[in-house]
Amino acid sequence: MSIKGKAYIMGAYEHPTRKAPDKSVPQIHAESAVGALKDAGLTMKDVDGYFCAGDAPGLGPLSMVDYMGIKARHVDSTDFGGSTYIAHVSHAAQAIAAGKCSVALITLAGKPLTSSVPRAVIPTAPDASYESPYGIVVANSYGMCAARHMYEYGTTSEQLAWVKVAASHHAQYNEHAFLRDVVTVEDVVNSPMISNPLHRLDCCVITDGGGALIVTSPEVAKSLNRPKVKVMGAGESPKGQAGGDTDLTYSGARWSGPIAFAEAGVKQSDIKYASIYDSFTITVLMQIEDLGFCEKGQGGKFVSDGNLISGVGKLPFNTDGGGLCNNHPANRGGITKVIEAVRQLRGEAHPKVQVKNCDIALAHGTGGSLGVRHGSATLIMERE
Amino acid sequence: MAERQFPAAVINPESKPYWDGAAQGKLMIKSCTKCNKAFFYPRTICPFCASAETVWKEASGKGEIYSHSTMRRVPEPYALAYVTLAEGPKMLTNIVDCDFDKLEIGQKVHVVFKPAKEGPPIPAFAPD
Repeated sequence: MSIKGKAYIMGAYEHPTRKAPDKSVPQIHAESAVGALKDAGLTMKDVDGYFCAGDAPGLGPLSMVDYMGIKARHVDSTDFGGSTYIAHVSHAAQAIAAGKCSVALITLAGKPLTSSVPRAVIPTAPDASYESPYGIVVANSYGMCAARHMYEYGTTSEQLAWVKVAASHHAQYNEHAFLRDVVTVEDVVNSPMISNPLHRLDCCVITDGGGALIVTSPEVAKSLNRPKVKVMGAGESPKGQAGGDTDLTYSGARWSGPIAFAEAGVKQSDIKYASIYDSFTITVLMQIEDLGFCEKGQGGKFVSDGNLISGVGKLPFNTDGGGLCNNHPANRGGITKVIEAVRQLRGEAHPKVQVKNCDIALAHGTGGSLGVRHGSATLIMERE
Repeated sequence: MAERQFPAAVINPESKPYWDGAAQGKLMIKSCTKCNKAFFYPRTICPFCASAETVWKEASGKGEIYSHSTMRRVPEPYALAYVTLAEGPKMLTNIVDCDFDKLEIGQKVHVVFKPAKEGPPIPAFAPD
């Protein structure tokens, strides 16, 4: 069984807040849900499937469906970090195809900017005995990946900087973007070193915020007065340390990408727009290689000279400004990746960054931590 | 510059031999007697062939840096790294007793044991 054509993304909403000291996390979930339902032309009463992940407070879906007043007959709290919400679209499509629900709501929200909760060691994690002494955080985990990529392929800091430069060119048109200033390669490489070789401007923003998606059955989609975004194919893959055969030069996109392309029946050259998870500049570089948009090791060359800038380059990406400039709510950027892809497919992106004839788009994410254990999720969508 | 203080190790019944070894200045790893592969981090069931016939053994403590990244935006910078052990597997660790600016991928390193806040000392690596 395939999910191709079995479900449609009919609602997408990015909460406009980037700093929410006066809101609770459940409140941002619910406000995002209401926004996405309104976008689709549906109400909370129509929702019969609910999808959330580790950012959902309390006992995940149990707390949240009760809080929002949802009568669910299907819930899913799969969690593999920030890319989860991309996989949630696939899981929702699977549930819809199996008849388990017909209107699926996916929500994300968090407040890492104004009420940061430090990432504590989970003492029962299988790796805790062997890794917790060493101060692994996201920046040095991704830093090790960048360092090895540079060593093996000759990638440079200037090439990585182009990823941020491209994102900033898009963010200038997004009135909600956390950072709207256009930056140069020099600005990036001269920003303070966080964890070498990654500079401050190689890192994504930390923002409060949220987002929601509505995925429906074809029958429900037909009844709604919105452009239809068809789910074409999806793949997901965790990647870890392989018992010590660790290889930091590639991501799980090498496995999740081909699964998604095969299911969708499209190839890389068919993709008009790509949302690519951008926790760090290196994340984008590795993923576009692993998804086959360029040869392995050639990512640095590919992103240089604005190849990711809409209207300029071959692969317009993250036209909302992405996690690097716009928004990384809850430290989990997957949902905003799907939201901007939906905007592009509907022709509702900002006119300055809207890709012409955008009929097929891809959203891809890396959740968890690229240098230790991460979850890759790829989603391909088509405008109908 | 002050050195970062290692926190106390997290020890459970499965990892106790590793930390008992560390207390004696030994870096313990596991290998599988079915598929004859050494692996890291240690665990009861082999991650390559799912055999339970795995045994602890002392590693040579020699290796080379596979990759590294020094966290700078903290009061006491420290170098996170993967070291490829002479026995094969890569191990997440810190590089200590070194100039962070001079660390290189491929550099030869050896295990050293550093005091933790409490409990057994923590294995880390220093340049040869």
